[in-house]
Amino acid sequence: MLKKRAKSGPGEINAGSMADIAFLLLIFFLVTTTMDTDVGILRLLPPVVETPPDPDVINKRNVYEVLVNDADQLLVEGEPMDIKELRAGAKEFMTNPANLENLPAKTKVSAAFCREQLNLNKGWMAAATDTSKARFEDGVKKWEGKLKAIELLGEYSELPNDALISLQTGSKTSYNMYVQVQNELESGIRELRDELSKEKFGRKFTELDEKVDEDQDRIKAIRLVYPQRISEAEPVDLTKKN
Amino acid sequence: MSRFKEKKGSTPAISTASLPDIIFMLLFFFMVTTVMREVDLKVKVVLPEANEVAKLEDKALVDYLYIGPPADKARGTEPLLQLNDDFATLSEIDAFVVAGNERRDEVLRGKITRSLKVDKDTYMKFVTDVKQELRKSNALKINYSTSRGR
Repeated sequence: MLKKRAKSGPGEINAGSMADIAFLLLIFFLVTTTMDTDVGILRLLPPVVETPPDPDVINKRNVYEVLVNDADQLLVEGEPMDIKELRAGAKEFMTNPANLENLPAKTKVSAAFCREQLNLNKGWMAAATDTSKARFEDGVKKWEGKLKAIELLGEYSELPNDALISLQTGSKTSYNMYVQVQNELESGIRELRDELSKEKFGRKFTELDEKVDEDQDRIKAIRLVYPQRISEAEPVDLTKKN
Repeated sequence: MSRFKEKKGSTPAISTASLPDIIFMLLFFFMVTTVMREVDLKVKVVLPEANEVAKLEDKALVDYLYIGPPADKARGTEPLLQLNDDFATLSEIDAFVVAGNERRDEVLRGKITRSLKVDKDTYMKFVTDVKQELRKSNALKINYSTSRGR
């Protein structure tokens, strides 16, 4: 009897419950994991500075001032505005199509000027000591970037260096409103970039692929023309301001 | 008689032998596409909607700060800050940032994003205070977490 059993082997294991075990595991994973990928508006905070810049020195025409009060109402450049108009407002600020006095003055960047500056910086870099070399290296990179942009886009008008959109909120402004305003401003810049990219490269800016070398240069060039400068500046007490 | 018997036997039981395989396939799909839930939320967060959003690519380089009214009514309705698994005060943000930095490799420290998951009805005062604390701790890369809308 014993002998016979050993010969026929231990018999087949019933695999009927295998599905149940797998189901159990599946349900465990369904419960403990999340599928949503985190999306949001990415921002870079400015580093803490000891002495904040003097507001009187700032050139008013280069700052697009957006204030949101405690009742979630907008005051843009001193005028009340509906949030639906903010996108167009931001676009006008960035482009200044009519060359208005109160919007940033754009300067034309020419290839010749870039080359001249590049050579100057290269000369300085060669002559410089180790400590100041880094500064000229940055200069070389900056002008090389501009030359590349001209190569890709043709000669373009450049925003002044201190042009920025300044967003300030009251203490009781709702976070929702803040995000909506950020969203509209971002939209405006994105639309400008899309338009330029479509005109020059036949594709939207958002469709350019960062992983392709050719597109990488294009992205950099377009960012030079329409930089995204939305300031996360020092909180200001709005009640004192008005 | 024999015909009747045959008819009865013409639909044999469907083999369930491949059922575990199918379930395992599903299981692997979920294991690959999802990530573990990191924290138990003690605050209620309803994210605001936005459409100009970017994806946070590397989850390993994201730390989360949750701000919203507490889920437990006994704690009131004022928004609170949650770090890791527990409520925290503003002064604890610095330690949180430092701990986040130390957990990562030195070369990656500048690339850590702090994602703010803030309830949409929170007042900006609180958010601004948190942002100021982050600035002081030199955690400058932040993300306003939103849900994709419109």
